[in-house]
Amino acid sequence: MTDVSRIVGIDLGTTNSLVAYVDGAGVPRVIPDAEGRRLLPSIVAYTPNGVVVGETARRQLARHPGRTIYSVKRFMGRGWDDVRDEARHVPFEIVPSAEVVRIRIDDREVTPPEVSAHVLRALKQQAERHLGEAIEQAVITVPAYFNDAQRQATKDAGRIAGLEVLRIVNEPTAASLAYGLQRLAQGVIAVYDLGGGTFDISILRVKDGVFEVLATNGNTHLGGDDFDRALVEWLLADVRARHGVDLTADQEAVQELRLGAEAAKCRLSTEERTALTIPFEGFTYRREITRADLEPLIAPLVDATLGPCRMALADAGLAAAEIAEVVLVGGSTRVPLVRRRVEELFGKTPHSQLNPDEVVALGAAVQAQILAGGITDMLLLDVTPLSLGIETLGGIVSVLIPRNTTIPTLAKEYFTTSVDGQTAVDMHVLQGERELAKDNRSLARFDLSGIDPMPAGMPRIEVTFLIDANGILQVQSKELRTGKAASIEVKPTYGLTEEQVTQMVEDSFTHAEADVNARLLIETRTEAETVLNHVQRALAQAADLIRPDERQAIDRAVAALRAVERGTDRDAIRERTIELNQVTERLAEAMMDAALKGAVASRRADEILRER
Amino acid sequence: MTDYFEVFGLPRKLRIDPEALQRSFYELSRRHHPDFHQGAGAEAQARALEASALVNRAYRALRDPLGRVEYLIALEEGRELREETTAKAKVPTDLLAEMLEVQEALEEAKASELTEKIAARLREERQRLQERYQAEADALVASAPEWDAAIDSGGERRALLERFKQRLAVRAYLRTVIDDLTQAIGEDDGRVAHRRH
Repeated sequence: MTDVSRIVGIDLGTTNSLVAYVDGAGVPRVIPDAEGRRLLPSIVAYTPNGVVVGETARRQLARHPGRTIYSVKRFMGRGWDDVRDEARHVPFEIVPSAEVVRIRIDDREVTPPEVSAHVLRALKQQAERHLGEAIEQAVITVPAYFNDAQRQATKDAGRIAGLEVLRIVNEPTAASLAYGLQRLAQGVIAVYDLGGGTFDISILRVKDGVFEVLATNGNTHLGGDDFDRALVEWLLADVRARHGVDLTADQEAVQELRLGAEAAKCRLSTEERTALTIPFEGFTYRREITRADLEPLIAPLVDATLGPCRMALADAGLAAAEIAEVVLVGGSTRVPLVRRRVEELFGKTPHSQLNPDEVVALGAAVQAQILAGGITDMLLLDVTPLSLGIETLGGIVSVLIPRNTTIPTLAKEYFTTSVDGQTAVDMHVLQGERELAKDNRSLARFDLSGIDPMPAGMPRIEVTFLIDANGILQVQSKELRTGKAASIEVKPTYGLTEEQVTQMVEDSFTHAEADVNARLLIETRTEAETVLNHVQRALAQAADLIRPDERQAIDRAVAALRAVERGTDRDAIRERTIELNQVTERLAEAMMDAALKGAVASRRADEILRER
Repeated sequence: MTDYFEVFGLPRKLRIDPEALQRSFYELSRRHHPDFHQGAGAEAQARALEASALVNRAYRALRDPLGRVEYLIALEEGRELREETTAKAKVPTDLLAEMLEVQEALEEAKASELTEKIAARLREERQRLQERYQAEADALVASAPEWDAAIDSGGERRALLERFKQRLAVRAYLRTVIDDLTQAIGEDDGRVAHRRH
């Protein structure tokens, strides 16, 4: 190794993202943030003062739904036609465009890789703080069923965040590496990975330290988000029926419902029933939800994962009974209905000894360690999920590399000219399984130019399509008669050009300082609000436990904090928050005493849950 | 074109021990996979990428006994093989004649509503054709020793190759009819189109 710097593994998820590394003892570990949190919500809020990420951004969701971006992974490497439906379900504005989709925030537009770059940068900083060294290289995971454009977009996001992405790894395969390190199971395993927004199934043969993917399939627009959405629709109808109010157009209310639905769904994985309480203007919505309510809503979505499973088995040439083990990955596999359906399909109980939220990041760290030369007995042989082809006469696709081909791989194709003296040839590269070009994913148009003028049909241009270990296409060409390399101009259909990425990398440096300040300010404000809320509630419950002069001191401190709380002077907000905390110490003690005596009614469990 | 047998140090024979081939594939992968050349210079990395791609292509071409026959034909004829192109040989006329009846049944099913009676008949036909499809594969695999002997003795190979091509053509034709039947019965859930690539 010429490079001694550490490589981290990153799971850039739809809902949550994580960063992990392999420690000195060879154990992969998730790197927590300064507060000890292991999952960073993949949420980015654009505030007037800068950009904030993660938990801080999540708190902006209900208040500023138009400029708080979540689930951006669903938009990575996508065109407007792909996301038209999706765009109706998110509170931020997706701008229609013929190329890469953009998100409008006030008067500016950002691309999904730029949004993701903020998440990646937060993870990078998290790792740097924890490890005490600069982090410049990473392995990032993507759904196995991601196409070339989605992979490239992820790589671009890394670059914008100041990370050299050494490898793009498929999530289910990464998970298998983490499992492999634990206990080297031999035989054929299936990894069922249902995350927040994507679904993958991968069938692998594990033998002598080699992880050979036999087949993969999936759906890059199916996940826990869709479960939440189904539940929100149901709740909206319920609110309409019981309170006569239609909240559909009220984005802030819908976000409240979405957060409530997400939390309720999670609780229903371990409990049979749960209560939801959401205060809206004019009324408080209370509703008990049972598992029996939820399951019919999500059953069609869960069933939609079974077709890809059968196709992957067919492509691997295996029957379900030949699978030795089924591993569950992704937070959505905690849902009991998902487990039942998987068990029915494979005829065996699936297992998930490793935390399904963390296993992908741990696997990414293992792959990073392999690249760093720290692990030499493990080898991952992955496949390309979709067939790659070029458009031929009549709009038909001619397949060059079939799906589930082990990567890296290459194919050569030969072109010639059809007109005398023609010096350029163009070709259209696609990915997908359909016969007609128009039904497949357009990856790029290539302009081969600089061909020496010759009679029609004379030039023989060899084009090499190489899919590298990241599952990303590289194209080279040369004219065989002259041996001259023909130059290729790539026009990615739904991707960023090299110049655009370079510009974004520069922009990110300009904004970096502002973003740090914005985060600190919002965190300070959020802390102030939390304290204010607690004090307000405590006073309402236990005002009689303190002396009038103590009460006056508290009221003064509250007023002082309120006066600065919405401003931008972070130090003032922090100082007055500390002051308020100090003057309420006596109140807190008095309440604690009273609670011990049973004088203060215990708060309802759902209220506590809603505060989290 | 590249001789994939050579990649594994094998003679151009059809009988290959799958376990040994897999072992050798894993060994070559460990040597060439880009994962193990990350720290090397750009040129060495590019070489590893190409070598690794070659090993993967070679394993894919040889791992399956039927795919191996298709590759062998392409190699012997010296043409570039695109994975899904089957060797072009004429479908024997007696098979085409035999299929007339099936084709008629298919036309009938397409023209009118699919009754349970018609569906049952189509299923029966499909079953018969699937058995034949498998029989052709078995026959191809069974002729491997004959080919290997010809390699050893330096004997006549053209006629054998022609026979392989014939059987592959029959299989390709049967596959199409079986898929058409599946679609006509209405049991296709997108898997036919999926398989065709």
